[in-house]
Amino acid sequence: MTDTAQRTPAAPHKDINTGPVQRSWKAPIALGVFALLAVILFMGFGRAGESTLTLSARADSIQLVPLVLPTLATCYIIAAVLVAIAVAATLMVRRGTRVPLWLTTVFSILLLLGFLVWASAGANLPIPGLLAGSLGLAVPLIFGALGGVISERVGVVNIAIEGQLLAGAFSSALVASVTGSPIIGLVAAMVSGVLVSFVLAAFAIKYVVDQVIVGVVLNVLVSGLTGFLFSQLLSPNSDALNSPPRFNEIAIPLLSEIPIIGHVFFRQTLIVYLMYLAVACVYVGLFHTKWGLRLRAVGEHPQAADTVGINVGSTRFWNVSLAGAIAGLGGAFFTLGSVGAFGKDMTAGAGFIALAAVIFGRWDPIRATLAALLFGFASNLQGVLNIIGSPVPSEFMLMLPYLVTIFAVAGLVGKSRPPAASGKPYIKS
Amino acid sequence: MKLELRGITKRFGALVANDHIDLTVNPGEILGLLGENGAGKSTLMNVLYGLYQADEGEILLDNEVQHFSGPGDAMHAGIGMVHQHFMLIPVFTVAENVMLGHEQTGFAGRLDVAAARAQVRKISEAFGFDLDPDAIVGDLPVGVQQRVEIIKALSRDAKVLVFDEPTAVLTPQETDELMTIMRQLKQGGTSIVFITHKLREVRAVADRISVIRLGKVVGEAEPTATNTELASLMVGRAVELTVQKGPAKTRGRAFAVENLSVVDARDQVVVDRVSFDVRAGEILAIAGVQGNGQTELTEAIMGLQERVSGSITLDGQSLRHLSVQKVLDAGVGFIPEDRTEDGVVSEFTIAENLMLDRSYSKPFVKAGSLQRNYLAAFAEEKIAEFDIRAQSIDTHAGRLSGGNQQKVVLARELSRDLRLFVAAQPTRGLDVGSIEFVHERIIATRDAGIPVIVVSTELDEVVALADRIAVMYGGRIVGIVPGDTPRDVLGLMMAGEAPEQGAAA
Repeated sequence: MTDTAQRTPAAPHKDINTGPVQRSWKAPIALGVFALLAVILFMGFGRAGESTLTLSARADSIQLVPLVLPTLATCYIIAAVLVAIAVAATLMVRRGTRVPLWLTTVFSILLLLGFLVWASAGANLPIPGLLAGSLGLAVPLIFGALGGVISERVGVVNIAIEGQLLAGAFSSALVASVTGSPIIGLVAAMVSGVLVSFVLAAFAIKYVVDQVIVGVVLNVLVSGLTGFLFSQLLSPNSDALNSPPRFNEIAIPLLSEIPIIGHVFFRQTLIVYLMYLAVACVYVGLFHTKWGLRLRAVGEHPQAADTVGINVGSTRFWNVSLAGAIAGLGGAFFTLGSVGAFGKDMTAGAGFIALAAVIFGRWDPIRATLAALLFGFASNLQGVLNIIGSPVPSEFMLMLPYLVTIFAVAGLVGKSRPPAASGKPYIKS
Repeated sequence: MKLELRGITKRFGALVANDHIDLTVNPGEILGLLGENGAGKSTLMNVLYGLYQADEGEILLDNEVQHFSGPGDAMHAGIGMVHQHFMLIPVFTVAENVMLGHEQTGFAGRLDVAAARAQVRKISEAFGFDLDPDAIVGDLPVGVQQRVEIIKALSRDAKVLVFDEPTAVLTPQETDELMTIMRQLKQGGTSIVFITHKLREVRAVADRISVIRLGKVVGEAEPTATNTELASLMVGRAVELTVQKGPAKTRGRAFAVENLSVVDARDQVVVDRVSFDVRAGEILAIAGVQGNGQTELTEAIMGLQERVSGSITLDGQSLRHLSVQKVLDAGVGFIPEDRTEDGVVSEFTIAENLMLDRSYSKPFVKAGSLQRNYLAAFAEEKIAEFDIRAQSIDTHAGRLSGGNQQKVVLARELSRDLRLFVAAQPTRGLDVGSIEFVHERIIATRDAGIPVIVVSTELDEVVALADRIAVMYGGRIVGIVPGDTPRDVLGLMMAGEAPEQGAAA
């Protein structure tokens, strides 16, 4: 992808001889394509009427006036601005300057806004609901991505995030139902995530089996095992074994009153607050503590770590286990935070999306979190638009989160560099 | 601190890498440990550093027996090591690399980066290094990276410092600076083990020299010993140190590169507007420190690089944008610099490796099927001709010594009708005997009237073989000078300084 974009017209050959500056035409091309799509959609399939964007939820104490926009006019204006930005980006690259990130960001936000206005013609789109739903869908992705970041940073490719999520979901539902305590359910989810990690770590580190293969096998194993136990054990006794108590929402005073986002972020369950804590801890831990320095050293250059007296094997083993515990928490959110019961294969590929978030987020916990939020948003948008009756067929919209994933990973990542030793076993001679 | 090794023996299966080795290094002394590649020097030092456990023997520091179960123990005891392949994490800063493994921390395990920075500055100043503690190591030149390694060892109060082939990646000037540092350290009372296979260097800096061959200490020598004496000790027989080479009989321009540039996958311009030509019957050596674009230049000639501009012509035919197959068909022979990765397929037999680049047509393949009998006869012939020491033509290439692997590569490339021969690092890691052989074959190729390009980071090799020398630095050719140019001029060129007027050839 990178190469094709750079080998487009006027690319390197001419430039080398004038100096070592390389021009990347990726940004203007991407912006141009999207601007064109916007023009086709907004103008070619223009929709009359008014779009209403509701900004406050009913429970909010501060009520904002809904935003009422004339659909066609708004779409025309936005499409024009998008085209202008794409042209500006082209001119910038031709002059040899890079397209600044803020311009791309403004472009994306406008494109999204235009699409929302277009899709909600003659209807009412609740923005807080859209965001809250997105966060809900993103929570397990974020936990999974954090697990992935830790695991890959220490040098073990974690394909088993899906399995860890599913194991966490299953055991938290079971244990919370039996004990009646969602907290114990959370602990059970972490334990089962760790157990999956143990298998991954043992095979990948001790027996030097290909990490991707172990991960894939683990996913299948967990899926089969939980599926079997679900149909044999949980389904017949669902009252006793599969009706866990759910966490209650806790509203944080003041913060939860902030217009638009307060309700979304600060009237949430314990798991979501744990997630905020986890993101912060993993970020600070990775980049500002001894633990993180050693972890990254092992993932980048295990032999160098070894020669300064760091035990590569055990560092990898325990951090992969920690990653499993975090991913397990994400699994618990399915049962204790959102759905309220375990269902067969209920994670439905969330682990793989989390993996994509790790790569899209360039192995950085904050960026991976943002990527997971983006994927959550894409999934939720599909659901919301379906409800308000958008003109796009719902089957098509179902592809949205995956399309976003593919574009994000393939096109937008740019020059991301994974930890140098990720996926490579360390064999001491 | 006094270091003593007594009867160290280390076996890898049937191979005895170290055979009852005894060594002593006194405080404030530099011991030169001289030996060929594969003699067992690095194994010995890895035993000393706790990376390997010795099967027999003991390590004594100040007359106390030590037991190292890992590098951590060795470091704790006061042994530091400057590794041949730097043990630095490229994406970390200098300070992070130095602190790794003995981090000072504040509240809740938070790193005390300020303390590490101060330590880097303190040691830098003591040795007159100008080193930014917050620089990313991967962005630093190799010579500077080596200083980070030294600081890393010293920050742990190393009293015994081992330098494992430290000059392999340095320019001659950087080598001189390193020797100054070693003398400084020695004055401070540090015991130093200097591992090398370069005679000149060991004589320049060592107080005593121990020579190691096939895992055994075969002799001691004073630094006043001559190169020939040391070389014969090292190899175990009398060695011809200079290559016999007559004057080149050139016949016009055969191969030319003009304005060649290469951009790598990370969008870096790695070869920058390079122009040179090679006449039929001469050797053009491309000198330079590793990583200055030589690799990419040879790969561009072979068609292995994607983003190439400029022109490459061989006897009037353009080679640019040809597939590797077509380049080979045009009569270009190539010795890649990484023998085990790119030169041979380890899991293939010698015979199979010998036909690798002609696997598509006659005489090895007819109507899609391998001509086994022809191949066997061909392989037998080449094994004899190139003196490849192996049990049979069916021995896997991976089981051969480096020298014999290189002979397989050489045999394969030289048994075609060549119009250009490109040899990248043709003797890297080879024993002296194999080096002699490879050099002779390269000169024979030249004398057969074929233009030859030899890429080498070893100045000795460049001087021994070249009729003309092109020095590369930072992707450019600094200058093209005659083969008899003095070393110090070449050294300056390797550091990027253009030669004086009139020196150009």
